[in-house]
Amino acid sequence: MLKCEQLKIYQDKICVALDKCEHYQKFKVYKDKVLALGNDSLEKTIAIAVALCLVCAVLVSFSAVALKSLQVHNKELDMKKNILDVAGLLQEGSDIDSAFAEKIEAKIVNLETGDYVEDMNAAEYDQRKAAKDPALSVAIPKDKDIAHIRVKAKFAKVFLVKESGAIKSIILPVNGYGLWSTLYGFLSLDADGQTVQSINFYDQQETPGLGGEVVNPKWRELWKGKKVYAETDQPSAEKGLIESAEMGEPALSLIKGVVDNTKQGSQYQVDGLAGASLTSTGVTNLVRYWMSNEGFAPYLAKVRTVKGVKS
Amino acid sequence: MSAVLLNDETKKVLITPLVNDNPITLQVLGICSALAVTSQMSTSLIMALALTLVTAFSSAAISAIRNHIPSSIRIIVQMTIIASLVIVVDQLLKAFAYDVSKQLSVFVGLIITNCIVMGRAEGYAMKNPPLESFMDGIGNGLGYSLILIIVAFFRETLGSGKLLGIEVFKLTKDGGWYDPNGLMLLPPSAFFIIGLIIWSVRQWKPEQAEKVEFKIMSISHGEGGHH
Repeated sequence: MLKCEQLKIYQDKICVALDKCEHYQKFKVYKDKVLALGNDSLEKTIAIAVALCLVCAVLVSFSAVALKSLQVHNKELDMKKNILDVAGLLQEGSDIDSAFAEKIEAKIVNLETGDYVEDMNAAEYDQRKAAKDPALSVAIPKDKDIAHIRVKAKFAKVFLVKESGAIKSIILPVNGYGLWSTLYGFLSLDADGQTVQSINFYDQQETPGLGGEVVNPKWRELWKGKKVYAETDQPSAEKGLIESAEMGEPALSLIKGVVDNTKQGSQYQVDGLAGASLTSTGVTNLVRYWMSNEGFAPYLAKVRTVKGVKS
Repeated sequence: MSAVLLNDETKKVLITPLVNDNPITLQVLGICSALAVTSQMSTSLIMALALTLVTAFSSAAISAIRNHIPSSIRIIVQMTIIASLVIVVDQLLKAFAYDVSKQLSVFVGLIITNCIVMGRAEGYAMKNPPLESFMDGIGNGLGYSLILIIVAFFRETLGSGKLLGIEVFKLTKDGGWYDPNGLMLLPPSAFFIIGLIIWSVRQWKPEQAEKVEFKIMSISHGEGGHH
């Protein structure tokens, strides 16, 4: 009851203040005039429409602005969770922020040269935003645009997991068009830049139950240990660090049906998604695109060599 | 205090939509979202809460200005109020329940077109005072919630052997006995369950069944010839 009385006092105070305000008095006169009009008169219709839009606009923009910081934080947290997940470091109930800060190192890579860019702040760089910024992105020639994304950012944000100084996994952002939507995800590779650890998609709108199964943990499990690049007879990265590692073209693809593990070449094959051939093709294309010379191939080649990546 | 709040009218509008005038089973409104979000209990609960709040507050707001709404733009006025509230709810979900809002995705936005919200605004709030309209919104929201919870209960337990993410039946793939019914995870199963609920409610309360609009004449045998 005390609260009610307090409220009443405030209300009275506001009323007194408003009574003194000249503008409010003018407004009141107009308000009474308008409200007294017939409901179907043109003036009142317009006045009500304008007033309503004003009130609603204030309500909507207030909620959007007031909640923005929380929403941005949620999005970042979700992204970190996905990165930890693809690195196999996500533990139920642990603190994501601290786990991310402790284990994951973000780096910016110049896609053309494959070198690290040190004069940019990796924490603040947003690759998806950069792809939309003409100054930071390049158009992809039509014949090379197998992932159907039209533009790519010049710089990519990759994540590294290190154990006592040595790289344990390389997490690469990938995106490409499926059936209904652009799929955004991460592909994590071993330090050889060849063996897949895991893949996940954090943003996609494919058909739930069919193409949407790209998020199914069971299907994602199938990617583990697959090889990205066709291996030639030349001494490859597996035989240790060499001056310049030669790798073939990206060969990894999704096939129709189930992969026969005894067959030759099965290390480049993942089961396609049942009933979602277009999404499967999209996933194949996006992996091939981002692993090609257009994407991370120059960077991965440098990771494999003795000299390492210049910064 | 409560005696003042809950007079006969508010009690009536709060309770009748639960069974006797349920928006889903009797009026058959709001089916779209009832199919889409009920594969899990958690999404259903959030959706039910969001719809209840939107219906209640939009009804109250519309009712508060009902005497000044020009009839020529009355639908668009209602839509504007409802849409604004839905956006606010969507923003709140994104800020405080991000995972759920990701799962509900487009369906929160689609509350705008949910027939229950519009139906209550046009059918009740335009003619009644704000408090009753608010209660009417709560009542109808609860009626919707009740059906959603029942449907989600069957779909989640039978479809994935869980309830609110907690294991109820041990699945065969984890060495248990229950082989989940995949159909239950797909939207058509909600049609069957809602159909069964409507059928059982109308068995229980036969007055809810629609009157037959015309009778199919039986072909009489043995009377012979044309008339």
